[in-house]
Amino acid sequence: MAVIKTTNLTRKFGDLTAVDNLNIEIPEGEIFGLVGPDGAGKTTTMRLLTGILDPTAGEGWVYGRHIVKEAETLKDNIAYMSQRFGLYEDLTVIENINFYADIYCVPDSERAAKIEKLLGFSNLTPFKERLAGRLSGGMKQKLGLACALIHTPKVLFLDEPTNGVDPVSRRDFWRILHNLLKEKVTIFYSTSYLDEAERCKRVGLIHKGRLLRCDTPEEIKKETGTKSLEEAFVSIIGEYESAKSV
Amino acid sequence: MNLKRVRAIANKEYIQIIRDPRSLALGLLIPVILIVLFGYALSLDIKDVPLAIWDQDNTKASVDFILNFKNSEYFRIIGYYDNYRNLERLLNYGRTMMVLVLPKDFSRYLYSNQSVPVQLILDGSDSNTATIALGYAQSVVQQYNDKLFRKSSQTNLVNSQPISLDQRVWFNQDFESKNFIVPGLIAIIMMIIAALLTSLTVAREWERGTMEQLISTPVRSSELIIGKFLPYFAIGMIDLVISVILGRFVFFVPLRGSLIQLFIMSALFLTGALSLGIFISTVAKSQLMASQMAILTSFLPTFLLSGFTYEIFNMPQAVQAVTYLIPARYFIKILRGIYLKDIGMFELWPEATCLMVFSVLMSRLAIHKFKKKIL
Repeated sequence: MAVIKTTNLTRKFGDLTAVDNLNIEIPEGEIFGLVGPDGAGKTTTMRLLTGILDPTAGEGWVYGRHIVKEAETLKDNIAYMSQRFGLYEDLTVIENINFYADIYCVPDSERAAKIEKLLGFSNLTPFKERLAGRLSGGMKQKLGLACALIHTPKVLFLDEPTNGVDPVSRRDFWRILHNLLKEKVTIFYSTSYLDEAERCKRVGLIHKGRLLRCDTPEEIKKETGTKSLEEAFVSIIGEYESAKSV
Repeated sequence: MNLKRVRAIANKEYIQIIRDPRSLALGLLIPVILIVLFGYALSLDIKDVPLAIWDQDNTKASVDFILNFKNSEYFRIIGYYDNYRNLERLLNYGRTMMVLVLPKDFSRYLYSNQSVPVQLILDGSDSNTATIALGYAQSVVQQYNDKLFRKSSQTNLVNSQPISLDQRVWFNQDFESKNFIVPGLIAIIMMIIAALLTSLTVAREWERGTMEQLISTPVRSSELIIGKFLPYFAIGMIDLVISVILGRFVFFVPLRGSLIQLFIMSALFLTGALSLGIFISTVAKSQLMASQMAILTSFLPTFLLSGFTYEIFNMPQAVQAVTYLIPARYFIKILRGIYLKDIGMFELWPEATCLMVFSVLMSRLAIHKFKKKIL
């Protein structure tokens, strides 16, 4: 059963079509990478799938819930980390985590152990009492992830989470993701770093709102006869543009 | 609705207020500043109107007449002069407000039972004050006339006053404007809290990007709005306590009615005002826009059209009609009723009903208008 499924999902902003007839199916426990240049429609896709933006046309389901009709119950099972830091900079690390634990109604009995585990995971324990606004970029993102994981979501949406994050924090981040995959969490990951895309089970290349290719990194490289994803994507986008101009 | 989530939002909002000293100071100092400012400075009472005198007659009769002004607490004689040029200068520089000129033949006219022309020159730039000062002057002259008349009528046995107006003032016997202003200020203070503080709370979250995170959670609109509402409600009620205490013990404004009714009615109005603030914040999505909208739609109308600064019955018909839409209109009437007249729900139920309608409507609208969507 597909955990994320869309059929002809489309979102327009005036004349601009940010997401154009998107069709994807992602099975449980997969990490799916959505890659594409800035303005390709990655963030809009995230917002559509998390139920915080309604599509102009088409449909989508996440964990069996319709993204428009069941947008609210959908939110029980997912976690979303927006591209821009979305936590309260005037609250401390622990206050932010506790706030989201309350919002997701995490039972008190599980809470302490969970928080300890998440803080330990992300190496944030020594910074528990620090205001979130005083954290470094990498620590902020790890805190965002900790808050997103407090309710053990089934599907995790991460919108360019490692943008501007130092390599050490980035490695921490990916270590956490790999542990989640062992627990059958489905991860929808958008990035513009192609080395990160290589680590995904499958990648979708999105360009001007259109999904141009969707396959495993190996398959995409084989098909285009290239050595790296970067070359593959340049060739796919080039192909698309020249086909359009003809 | 999940109370745990409401509490989480309220607690978060509370921490944010506490950590932002500016907003906290704004919330708690506003009532103090306003009450002190209005209580002391914006007194509508007129006492000690500066008065310059040119007594051309300078006899016992004229000095006796002037004494009536001197003994009145409403006038303060700033000096005696003997030419118009000096008097004109005093008026020009605003050193005096009133000039009284007694003619050379004052006592001669008086003793020959003729009417005496006494000149009164008044600086009318501030028409309100001038009108009141003129009224005082007229009553001083009237009293003087009465006294003279009584003396002569004792001999002639004629009743000089077929009708005598026996005045008795109710509710604010001393015509002290602070008794009138301080209760009204409570409405203004509450509106400012709503306009200046609450109107920013939702807009700020959109601006900082924290809202995108929050709307991706299962939190409900009602939980979010009520949670945000609670800490500001607490500030508003603390402000009410500050206002009542300052009014009672610093300005000695009598609180004749029921304190409980005052609190209940204030809570009702505050609910509506805060909901309006949150509603504005929801619609605006940017802090600058929100604060401007709040000042325009909640603070200014409350200040100008509620009957706080200007009497509603003095306004043109069309404007009077508009005042029915200003909730503070009803609240100020309730406040003054409870404070000065010791009346309660038995007399004020129409106003209380209007406040109730406003609060229920506004809070529903704020919750309804808040959408957990990016656009």
